[in-house]
Amino acid sequence: MKSSITLAFNKCKKEKRPALITYIVAGDNTKNVSLNILNKISKHADILELGFPHNTPIADGGQIQGSSHRALKNGIKLKDVFQIVKKFKKRNPSKPIILMGYFNLIYQSGENNFLKNCEKSGVDGLIIVDLPYPENKSFAKKCKKKSISFIQLLAPTTTKERMKKIINDSHDMIYYISMLSTTGGKLKVSPKKILENYNKIKSIKPKKNLVIGFGITNKTINALKLADGLVVGSLLCKTISNSIKMRQNPVTKLDKVVYNLKNKIL
Amino acid sequence: MSLKIRKGVPLIDQHDKNFMYGGKFGGNFIPETLKKPIDDLTQLFSKLRKNKSFIKERDYYFRTYIGTPTPFIKLENLTDQLGGAQIYAKVVSEANGGAHKIYNATVHCLIAKKAGKKYIVGDTGAGYAGKMLSMAAKKFGLKCKIFMGAKDIKRQRPNVEAIKKNGAQIVPVTTGSQTLVDAVSECMRYWVSNCDRVHNCIGSTVGPNIFVKICAWSTAQISRELVNQVILEFGKIPKKLKLINCVGGGSSAAGFWNEFMETDAEFIGVEAGGPKNSKLHAAPLTNGSKIGILHGAAQYVIQDKEGQIGSTESISAGLDYPGISPLHCFLKDSKRAKYTSVSDEDALKAYKLVSKLENISPSLEPSHAFAEAIRLAPKLKSSEVIIVNSCGDSLKDKDIIKQRLGYYIR
Repeated sequence: MKSSITLAFNKCKKEKRPALITYIVAGDNTKNVSLNILNKISKHADILELGFPHNTPIADGGQIQGSSHRALKNGIKLKDVFQIVKKFKKRNPSKPIILMGYFNLIYQSGENNFLKNCEKSGVDGLIIVDLPYPENKSFAKKCKKKSISFIQLLAPTTTKERMKKIINDSHDMIYYISMLSTTGGKLKVSPKKILENYNKIKSIKPKKNLVIGFGITNKTINALKLADGLVVGSLLCKTISNSIKMRQNPVTKLDKVVYNLKNKIL
Repeated sequence: MSLKIRKGVPLIDQHDKNFMYGGKFGGNFIPETLKKPIDDLTQLFSKLRKNKSFIKERDYYFRTYIGTPTPFIKLENLTDQLGGAQIYAKVVSEANGGAHKIYNATVHCLIAKKAGKKYIVGDTGAGYAGKMLSMAAKKFGLKCKIFMGAKDIKRQRPNVEAIKKNGAQIVPVTTGSQTLVDAVSECMRYWVSNCDRVHNCIGSTVGPNIFVKICAWSTAQISRELVNQVILEFGKIPKKLKLINCVGGGSSAAGFWNEFMETDAEFIGVEAGGPKNSKLHAAPLTNGSKIGILHGAAQYVIQDKEGQIGSTESISAGLDYPGISPLHCFLKDSKRAKYTSVSDEDALKAYKLVSKLENISPSLEPSHAFAEAIRLAPKLKSSEVIIVNSCGDSLKDKDIIKQRLGYYIR
């Protein structure tokens, strides 16, 4: 049986467009707001990433740090994250949802226990920022057994030799980090150059779904639409920050932003 | 299950293929972007440490720039007053810049030059790592940025001024607790974004494995000197010898103990217990914290059940860190070293007593180690020897000490 992540990519390919992948932090700024945002934006987005916040993130920029901080201040725990996923999946069973975060939370909860909760709530994939290849091999295997995609990351610094190995061991989706940056950095490489790198990676194993993330906004998304998928995260976190500041409803604001993003890649 | 330290292998090399000590401490829990820069640095360092001309260069700068060897002195008055073990100090604060951080900073600058990098960045808590890195960067012609928590910028003013004087840029870190833990995070984030042209110098024996290694390899100079000085003083290494050192990240202790690893010397690490009557502390080893991942390495770390890193508190900015070097986790679980903690108040008392009686004036970090020495000495026989690593000078703590005691002596 094909995973819902693979099915989502297949659908986008038929429509000759990249998959739109969104990222928000679970519990930013409350559990209900997160759930409502996910429900709302899932009309436009193809795959949803949901961050489980950590207070010492070593690869996130200011926007996602801010979102994580708000969520933790509101007392968000892993069990709440799973509850959000569960409730969302109940309404949208075929929409893929990917959890993203740092390894210490999994380490403390225990790998098996964490994966059991992923399975129970309906998580489709995992991105673990600080568990690189090959250290992630055994955990990735455990994910596969539970039909959860472990999403490998590639960076501009990753050597070709290493890329081949990582791609060979990858599951339904691979994430290419567009540039040397934390999340939410300004795009410091031209979209042309990013696509050049992207195509080189793609040619290693063309059938693998390869998405691009980091530095993607409403201004840059159109220029990258040849990719299999595009991830937008910090822009959404920033939108939540601003709507809280302006006392506006983050749910309707996000809906608008994601709708506009989608229109740019159609 | 207790772990074992192997004989004849340097402590820093006693890891498995995943760079884990004892199978559970250390490693490289890093974003993919850093994998290549860390691999490159790992390879470069493993070549350099075997290269005779590099060692010669290192020793040249250690001698002429850092001013090795640092003095080894008997604290006659303190010994007399306490009436027990003979108390000595290795006065590492006599090194250029006033603390042990200069060894790591110098070696990192030499490596950065070999790697062809023109920029170097580093984190700092007490400001010593930052001060030394800015000094060494200036000496070796590298542009330098120092990440420092906003709270630490306020409480370690003399070092902040020194960093600026050396021409380095200070980047105040205003996230989280605004102390060392956040400075290290922010510095790593900066490195993620600039790893193609910037060399990163983590200021202690923490972080991804290569940084633990380079730092401990650099501070090992302390015990290389000390072994000779001890033999000169006693004719041999005394049977009953205690080497007492404060531990925050653990860089000075790792260097102070390294060459004594296979002797009978007893190692005592002293963590920051925080204020008396406070639940907050910076003593993960003493207080039974669980293993977790912080700044790219598995280690005992102060954290909550979920794995969020916990708040710490200590009068000494240099020890105010929720984690501890994987090397010390390994030394603890293999029972080679013992760890205890000392409160802010007792550290201050020790500072006062040592500064009053002796010609040295330890900063608040080694004052924690002196407090333990002062506690132990009267219980020991006069044939026993205690050596304390006086790894920093009190001058940087002038403001805090004045505020707490109403006066400052040096």
